[in-house]
Amino acid sequence: MSETAMALTAVFLLPIPLAAAAVALMNAGLGRSRSASHALLSSLCAFAIAAVAYALTAPLFLGAHPFDDPAKVPAACIGMLGAGLAAIIPLGAGADRWRLGATCVSAAILGGIVNPLVAHWIWGGGWLAQLGLRYGLGRGYLDTGGAASIHAVGGIAALSIAWVLGPRRGRYSGDGMPAAIPGHNTVLVLFACLLALMGWFGLNASGAILFNGIPAGRVAPIFVNTMLSASAAALASAALTRVRFGRPDPSLCANAWIGGLVASSAGSAFMAPAVAALAGGVAGALVTLSVEWLDFHLEVDDPGGSISAHAVGGLWGLLALGLFGRVPDSGQSVAQLVGIATLLGLVLPASYAWNWLLDRFYRQRISPEGELQGLDLFELGAGAYPEFVIHREDFYQR
Amino acid sequence: MRLAGLLLLAAGCALVYSAVVLLHTVGERAGFVLAGLGVEIGGLVLVFRSHLRPRGEKK
Repeated sequence: MSETAMALTAVFLLPIPLAAAAVALMNAGLGRSRSASHALLSSLCAFAIAAVAYALTAPLFLGAHPFDDPAKVPAACIGMLGAGLAAIIPLGAGADRWRLGATCVSAAILGGIVNPLVAHWIWGGGWLAQLGLRYGLGRGYLDTGGAASIHAVGGIAALSIAWVLGPRRGRYSGDGMPAAIPGHNTVLVLFACLLALMGWFGLNASGAILFNGIPAGRVAPIFVNTMLSASAAALASAALTRVRFGRPDPSLCANAWIGGLVASSAGSAFMAPAVAALAGGVAGALVTLSVEWLDFHLEVDDPGGSISAHAVGGLWGLLALGLFGRVPDSGQSVAQLVGIATLLGLVLPASYAWNWLLDRFYRQRISPEGELQGLDLFELGAGAYPEFVIHREDFYQR
Repeated sequence: MRLAGLLLLAAGCALVYSAVVLLHTVGERAGFVLAGLGVEIGGLVLVFRSHLRPRGEKK
């Protein structure tokens, strides 16, 4: 890689932590006010632990001294930031009931083993990357900015944790109807959408240069595709919720925006702008519908919408790249399907198994008293908004 | 039902890998990969159903 490309990659790595900040703010805003401080501290701890765990295990996947070898440092940096981001994603599904200690253990496994392993398969010349060379399937499995290794892996872990923890107390009535527990701060959630855009620009551009061989001077179309995908997704969700509920839903539009960004992570380097917008629009509709489907029909309580935005958006983006991407070699769709099958058939059972096992030895869910009181007071001893007591009877320490 | 679903997920994945390694044309591979994904979707349905609690049980 040339010096210019290295320098530009380093510049594009800088905004990636904003993606993590955005996901953390969304998770906090879509949860209850009595757990807001806990949500953000959990995100910080998960990010930190995943980064440390990644640094410890990186030599297994990148070869010796990945942080000393100048040729390996950019990949190690994006890997470390990606591991941190992946570890934050499941917190949205476990909001209001996931213990801080358990989130840290889960983040260590996700950031130290699962994320780097999948990233190695795709970005590090692993077997998914070699599907093209070995078996003639297009250019092998493609994933520009981590739609699979970061977002789908994080979203699948979110589904596992939602299953293991079960729904929040009082979420579903006896006949399976969900009770509305609205997010406590829509302003945070919508502000996070704009922060996320900056983060995704960095993820997609640096991923394209490092792992897809896109020349550093040709990243502008990637920015355009990322922006168009997110915009189309949010507009599709606004239109869909307007038609279905009579008015646009801010939290669903925000989740769709993230879903559109996640979908763009798969193929922003290989799509025409119109196709990227189309793929983003479909991602927005899928995210909106899947939030409702998971909540109403499958009784999966995911307050942050992490499963829909990251797993559904990511899997759709990977499929859309195979269907509509500008990859001349035949068999690209099959390569993408093989990757999706790996995420569903290997990562999901493994993720469920480690969360289930962890729960056997170290209970992941907070006690009923803690859930009633709120995680802020119960685990941290202080609330995020001490001057605004919203649920007086539940909020005070007993 | 939960274990059966998880095993079906893994079995579908194994079917996909077998298709990639053992078959030679893109068409054949695509057919078996889709079949493997179908098996995985069946497994996913079972795992989702296993997490639905009986009606009348308050959560």
